[in-house]
Amino acid sequence: MASIVAVIASTHHPFYYRASTATGEDRPPFADEWTRKILAFRETLTRARPDVLVMVGSDHFHQLWLDNMPQFLVGKAPFYDANWYNEEREFGLPRMLLKGQEDLSGHILRAGLDAGFDLAFSNELRIDHSITCPIITLRPEADLPIVPIYTNIFAPPLPQPKRFVQLGQTIREIVESWPSHLRVAVIGTGHLSLELGGPRQFGPHGPDPEFDRRAVEWIANGDLDGCLREVTLDSLHSPGNATHGFMDFMLMMGVAGAGVKADYVDTLDLFHTMEAYFTWYPNGAPA
Amino acid sequence: MSKYLLNKFLFMVDRDPELVERYRDEPRELVAWWEAEHANTVLNCHTGEASTWLRFDDVEREALATHDHVKLFELGAHPFLTLTLFIALFERDNTEPLEYQKSYGARLAHFSMPYPDIAT
Repeated sequence: MASIVAVIASTHHPFYYRASTATGEDRPPFADEWTRKILAFRETLTRARPDVLVMVGSDHFHQLWLDNMPQFLVGKAPFYDANWYNEEREFGLPRMLLKGQEDLSGHILRAGLDAGFDLAFSNELRIDHSITCPIITLRPEADLPIVPIYTNIFAPPLPQPKRFVQLGQTIREIVESWPSHLRVAVIGTGHLSLELGGPRQFGPHGPDPEFDRRAVEWIANGDLDGCLREVTLDSLHSPGNATHGFMDFMLMMGVAGAGVKADYVDTLDLFHTMEAYFTWYPNGAPA
Repeated sequence: MSKYLLNKFLFMVDRDPELVERYRDEPRELVAWWEAEHANTVLNCHTGEASTWLRFDDVEREALATHDHVKLFELGAHPFLTLTLFIALFERDNTEPLEYQKSYGARLAHFSMPYPDIAT
């Protein structure tokens, strides 16, 4: 059976690409420290020597729209074009092309449906920065086949937080039951406290540093009980109006397992939002 | 009132570079044209099928025609869609980094929790 060689959760900051490639006067003062942290984070994936990447993210009203909105969707295609005109325009993100791992997509869909998740699927999916940002930070060669999994953290009504956790736990079981000898990394991105299009946006820090502190603690300690006790669909409004993206971190806590401490934890306090990076090694840290 | 249709306008204009420019330069004309020609487009239909019932009310139409992002927030338009499009419209006028983004937030400072409901 396949093995999960790394579980990785992080924020997906669309400004990283531009900040890290900028030079001279265009280079922001925080770019060097940010790049150092990303290179260290990248090494946690490289060391695990993955063959396949399961990528959990959320479409930001690019391909998925309110006339036909899935809650959880799995891509099943041989290729995925990536990034959109408005992401090139606002963030300077490059167009990308990623290979798909269709066999694993099919396995996740079949086993997920049988496990009680009525997953939507897409055979032609153009993916956005929630998945390309971690490719850029963690595997910039973009050379590994992927299975994209999209969650709805964006267009209410949303699934409950516990459902994200359960999906993560189910993804863990499904990938480990995939009849393959390949080494799989499961990578998911979300947000800590975040405000977009509201009065608290683009401040000197994330909109709710206290939420961020507790969230990092929950994730680093695998404290699903504590997290589920405090986090509800209603409570996530108060740290910032886009904080429901935290539920993708909760999904990744489900993949990593309740009570399992992360093997690698790092954060970076930036304007607008706090960056956070976590890696678990389910089979022990690679040599 | 149709939060859905407000969002549909923001969504469709934001993804089309030509419409972004027309909306910046002639918002009232662009809104009228879009409502007449595209408000009823079913996005996943490649043939001529269209809806028959979608239209803005006067408050919504005026908010879009005057680039009034504060009113759009109050009406429950999706804040991500509004922000993304308005950055495309006005960030180019910045004289310092994030100037527009910060002033956009400051204009919303009178809103407190809970914010207007964005569910559609």
